[in-house]
Amino acid sequence: MEQTIDIDWQKIDDIIDRYNSNKEALLMILQDINELYNFVPPECVPIVADKLGVRQSHIYSMATFYKTISLEPRGKYIVNVCTGTACHVRGAERIIEALEDRLNIKPHETTEDGMFTLETVRCLGCCASGPVIMINKDIHGGLDRSSVLNIIDDYKDNAS
Amino acid sequence: MVKFDNKEALDRHIQELQSKKEGPEGLISLCAGPGCSIHGTDDIRGVIADELKKHGLSEKYEIRLTGCHGFCEQGPVMVIDPGGFFYPRVKSENIPEIIEKTLVNNEPAEKYLYKDPATKELIVKEADVPFYKRQTRSIFGNNRLIDPNNIDSYLATGGYSALKKALFEMTPEEIIAEVKNANLRGRGGGGFPAAIKWSTCRKHEGPRYVICNADEGDPGAYMDRGLLEGNPHCIIEGLIIGAFAIGANEGYVYVRHEYPLAVANLQRALGHAREIGLLGQNILGSGFDFDIYISKGGGAFVCGESTALMASLEGNPGRPKAKYIHTSEKGFRDSPSNLNNVETWANVPLIINKGAQWYASMGTDHSKGTKIFSLVGKVVNTGLVEVPMGTTLREIIFDIGGGIPKKKKFKAVQTGGPSGGCIPEEFLDTPVDFDELTKLGSIMGSGGMIVMDEGTCMVDVARYFIDFLIEESCGQCNPCREGLKQMMAILNRICEGEGKAGDIELLEEIGTMMQKFSLCGLGTSAPNPVLTTILYFRDEYEAHIRDKKCPAGVCKPLFHYEIDEEACNGCTLCAKKCPQGAISGEKKKPHRIDQEKCIKCGICYDSCKFDAIMIR
Repeated sequence: MEQTIDIDWQKIDDIIDRYNSNKEALLMILQDINELYNFVPPECVPIVADKLGVRQSHIYSMATFYKTISLEPRGKYIVNVCTGTACHVRGAERIIEALEDRLNIKPHETTEDGMFTLETVRCLGCCASGPVIMINKDIHGGLDRSSVLNIIDDYKDNAS
Repeated sequence: MVKFDNKEALDRHIQELQSKKEGPEGLISLCAGPGCSIHGTDDIRGVIADELKKHGLSEKYEIRLTGCHGFCEQGPVMVIDPGGFFYPRVKSENIPEIIEKTLVNNEPAEKYLYKDPATKELIVKEADVPFYKRQTRSIFGNNRLIDPNNIDSYLATGGYSALKKALFEMTPEEIIAEVKNANLRGRGGGGFPAAIKWSTCRKHEGPRYVICNADEGDPGAYMDRGLLEGNPHCIIEGLIIGAFAIGANEGYVYVRHEYPLAVANLQRALGHAREIGLLGQNILGSGFDFDIYISKGGGAFVCGESTALMASLEGNPGRPKAKYIHTSEKGFRDSPSNLNNVETWANVPLIINKGAQWYASMGTDHSKGTKIFSLVGKVVNTGLVEVPMGTTLREIIFDIGGGIPKKKKFKAVQTGGPSGGCIPEEFLDTPVDFDELTKLGSIMGSGGMIVMDEGTCMVDVARYFIDFLIEESCGQCNPCREGLKQMMAILNRICEGEGKAGDIELLEEIGTMMQKFSLCGLGTSAPNPVLTTILYFRDEYEAHIRDKKCPAGVCKPLFHYEIDEEACNGCTLCAKKCPQGAISGEKKKPHRIDQEKCIKCGICYDSCKFDAIMIR
């Protein structure tokens, strides 16, 4: 998926300043940037490296090691399917299959229209309501194949 | 908020709080943990406020949004004091009747009370609900009384009194001795005696650090989140006491990024503690300086390992190091660093307040106090459960947990997460503590307890954990990186129906090699889910390999659904629900499944009320 974004450099500066350019805070700086754009735009890497006094390769090693950071653009809605053990034994796999069918993507991929990214997460701590998914920050529980598809359709309808 | 620069000023403030005559007399405690919130806690709060207003009771009752009460299965839960009236599965539309009956007529709203599924009896009070009654909630019980965003509500329940005692009545050595006599062992899963770590750390020179491991990565476990969100101050208090005993001036909480509410509540709590002078320079005039900072994890399970966590705190990828030197001598920033888990820190104020003797009166010979478990999976009462160490698995799963839903049979309980194992029915009477579960090849771990019924395939469970660990292995050492991949290849072919004779033995061999030669705890414990399922459920592996059958009906290539013509009464429910249109048949006549169309999604199996769908 090709996507160009305008980076607000002032905001990037603010994030780095918030942590006093502390290189120990690199992970949190990347997380904040990630939150801003749903991913860390590669153009940010040299700037962050320069400000913190670390090598660019170090930033890439961090961004690829930690799962909460993405270097690829992601969708407007991040659909996180909980695959914690409790959800797994309650059928999380079937939820993933249903989403794969409807969205035509595999986990960690983004739909062509840039609307949805399918992700998995290990335990959201809502085990009583399993299987659960989290779309951006909203959690939906007690799902089966048809209810999860209804939820996705709702998001699609709202977007269009 | 006023800053207290001496102990007496804080004492006076607490006295005022506790003797407060004005203000609301009653408390409506509504759980706002994520498990309850997804059912609309916020809306319910609004309706309660409106109803109180309608009856002119707004001044008399405080609505308190609290952290997790523990009984997630019955969420959203609400408790009304005085009286301790317990209302489970609260819905906005039931609030008017509940408020009118309980608060105006002073009688329980019977229609909405909790009904004990075993005795069918209605239960009025929270304390009488079997789920709570059989627990000892010395740490977790406070959650429902505390507004996590208001430090005064923690102070009013006796919060920070242990800190005052530690700072003004005890020496650091005495604190460590108390923790030692209580035999507090690390709740993160290792079970290492906290006092030994503390005194080692104290003995070494340099800036020392205390760290709280709140990177709860074990899938299916959320005890720490329950504490972080619901009662952050008890963790902060524990950390300050520990720092004073160890002689540290800086502390860190390494918390999961996936727990935004926990991060927010902790951040706010730290701010409040700083504002009233419980963190910062010269705490309460004691001369002790200490502050706590938050660091957010990046979703890497391996960062629960101490050296990996410290590498992550330093701004590096979380790769474990060989532990020739313990982190309590040389850890974070190459300085003596004492790392304990959330629940371990939360135990500290309790030990200081009530004494080692009281604490050690709970539990078994070598595991003292209580332990919080996250009881999840195929169990009636999903939730967070706190019991004295030594409580049996049966008591936890059946007496507190209410057993297995839908009249299914218990098969196994998985403890200790990806480092643990699956324990079968014959060991249900095992007392749960650090040592007993290890003897069975599992571990108690941080407290995850996933119940599995006959519909769970044990080979699939083993594969699930290995899949998890492949993603989470840092990849530094060969045994873990390659061992997991090879195990996965074998498990995959077993689940696909391509298993061969000798596969089980090969899994055992790889597992033993990993246990012996991996670099860190993640690798050495990684084979446990495979080895314990082989040990206790070897017949299931054999059924997959030899008979090409998955008895539980999970591994798709190894089973299919059929309709039992005698049991099927033609209700048509399955045919209506089938997303593929694979089920056909006339009304009131036995139905049939078209195997070509069937995708084995299991919807018919789950929805049939007459047990007519069979796994073949």
